[in-house]
Amino acid sequence: MEYFIELFFSGLTRGSIYALIALGYTMVYGIIGLINFAHGEIYMIGAFTAFIVATVLSILGFPALAIFVIAALAAAVWSSAYGYTVEKLAYKPLRNAPRLSPLISAIGMSIFLQNYVLLAQTSDFLPFPQLIPDFEFMDSIAGVIGSSDIVILITTAVVMVLLTWLIKYTRIGKAMRATAQDRKMAMLVGINVNHVISATFIIGSSLAAVGGLLIASHVGQINFFIGFIAGIKAFTAAVLGGIGSIPGAVLGSFILGLTEAFATGYVSSDYEDVFAFSLLVLILIFRPAGLLGKSSIEKV
Amino acid sequence: MNFSAKMFSLLSAVAIAAAFSTGAFAGDPIKIGVAGAHSGDLASYGLPTVKAAELVVKHINEKGGINGSQVELMIEDDVCKPEVATNTATKLVSGGAKAVIGHICSGATKAALPIYGEANIILMSPSATNPALTQSGDYPNFYRTIASDDAQARTEVDFAVNTLKAKKIAVIHDKGDYGKGLAEFAKKFIEEGAVAEVVLYEGITPGAVDYSAVVQKIKRTRADAVIFGGYHPEASKIVTQMRKKKMKTVFISDDGVKDDTFIKVAGKYAEGVYATGPADVSSNPITKLYREEHKKVYGSEPGAFFDNAVTAAIVLTNAIEKAGSTDSKAIAKVLHTQVAQTPFGEIMFDEKGDAIGVGFSMYQVKDGSYVQVK
Repeated sequence: MEYFIELFFSGLTRGSIYALIALGYTMVYGIIGLINFAHGEIYMIGAFTAFIVATVLSILGFPALAIFVIAALAAAVWSSAYGYTVEKLAYKPLRNAPRLSPLISAIGMSIFLQNYVLLAQTSDFLPFPQLIPDFEFMDSIAGVIGSSDIVILITTAVVMVLLTWLIKYTRIGKAMRATAQDRKMAMLVGINVNHVISATFIIGSSLAAVGGLLIASHVGQINFFIGFIAGIKAFTAAVLGGIGSIPGAVLGSFILGLTEAFATGYVSSDYEDVFAFSLLVLILIFRPAGLLGKSSIEKV
Repeated sequence: MNFSAKMFSLLSAVAIAAAFSTGAFAGDPIKIGVAGAHSGDLASYGLPTVKAAELVVKHINEKGGINGSQVELMIEDDVCKPEVATNTATKLVSGGAKAVIGHICSGATKAALPIYGEANIILMSPSATNPALTQSGDYPNFYRTIASDDAQARTEVDFAVNTLKAKKIAVIHDKGDYGKGLAEFAKKFIEEGAVAEVVLYEGITPGAVDYSAVVQKIKRTRADAVIFGGYHPEASKIVTQMRKKKMKTVFISDDGVKDDTFIKVAGKYAEGVYATGPADVSSNPITKLYREEHKKVYGSEPGAFFDNAVTAAIVLTNAIEKAGSTDSKAIAKVLHTQVAQTPFGEIMFDEKGDAIGVGFSMYQVKDGSYVQVK
């Protein structure tokens, strides 16, 4: 039973790591129907920004909590700038193009950003400072769940609640929903659709940046390629839960993380991806729109 | 041309050449072949060997050659391709090479060996690590100055079982050619030893965000030691998560982990980790001499397998000199019985053709750097 609980928490941690990235995918898809493949790279840039800021601040002798907060803010701002720019440069000019064009553009952006960081920074693995300390009160259960796991879990939960609130009860959220439903109609009733889309990218990118900081701190290392693998898994999770749906992205992430953990624990880690993707195929056969996705009739 | 006819003419040419050369020893140059990848994408593995051979031969010729004969190098490119390597070998054999340094890649070496075998020419590779080349017994004329692929796994297992007295060992790998290959050998050696048991044998996905599930699994098996085949990014994640979960399980890995980046990334959690790596020979005077000479002559740091190639050139020329002839039986006898002074210290060869003394050592992380154990 203890082994089961350990695996369960291991799966939850993985799931919440995926969720932090998957939320950005699902938000952008919900608004403009684009799979933003560069999202993983925004996450990677967030981790790099946090790394640079945290290193500088720790040399200057700032206290740990201040480093954490400032690094998170800096990463969020910097990543948002990238997300905003990527949208303006690579997606906006293609807004009325066939759906395949922005998708290819997104893949291009992803490759560009990876290589940009490779050239501008380094191809080596960098040691990421442990920004989340090992809490003393967690010491007795460290064998089951670590401090950074708890922080990631709580952050994911808080972020999900905040996002849901934002979309359901705020002005910008209302505008987002309107844009998602019918962009032309939203424009006609006076919503600045361009602002709404920019806001979506900024929110998604900030989330990815905070995710980058937390995950890098948990894993302890970063390099220019981390966004790709994490992005693929998070995208899978978003599709599993129903892309476009925010609770769906979180649910999909947890299911994916738990499947992987239990497949590793009870079968073999050789097959963790086999199980994860078999599950995806099964779910998509029976629910093509994902677990919580709305199957809507395609507008022609 | 018919293959056997070609071989026959080659063989007879070689036989005649050999008959003459033993007679007219002083005077005629002794030809030694150097074969390997000298162009193409693997050239960086082959070119240092050419430079090493040139430097060694220059030394010998300046001192008056081997028993009065100058040494001449025949440099032939095989691009590391088996189909090219057979041509390379034929060219060297028909050109009158008495011994060959090379080939560089295991596949090319394997393809070329029968041709040298029929011509009765000794092949001394600085870099072909495929275990079967020596262990199968099919190639009695093959020697190498590098440890075979399984030597590393052997070092890891011997250390875990004999030195650390581990009874339960978990073998983990990263599913890659290198890591999985090592892990398979480690598993085989542990099972053959029958002293310890393999309690877990699993592959992990490289680049995953989190390995806590597999770490829990290791914990559940109560393994005394983990042998990991793979590279440092995964190793540092696994070690960090093991230590965070308060596991004291010994972590043993390979030269993919014996890298300072591992210590930098894993930080305090790297302490106590074992990793195998090539024995450190940088303080050996012969190593120093040739490395410095390389810098002086070519203006750069020596490349891959340079020390092994210097060793190959030295042992071959030394054996020809001591044997007093270029007859391969006489050379082989010297190789098996007399030591030569090389960058790896005193080297001679076991009955299979592997160099004794060229191998892997165990290192441990102590106070933030790798220190040789033993």
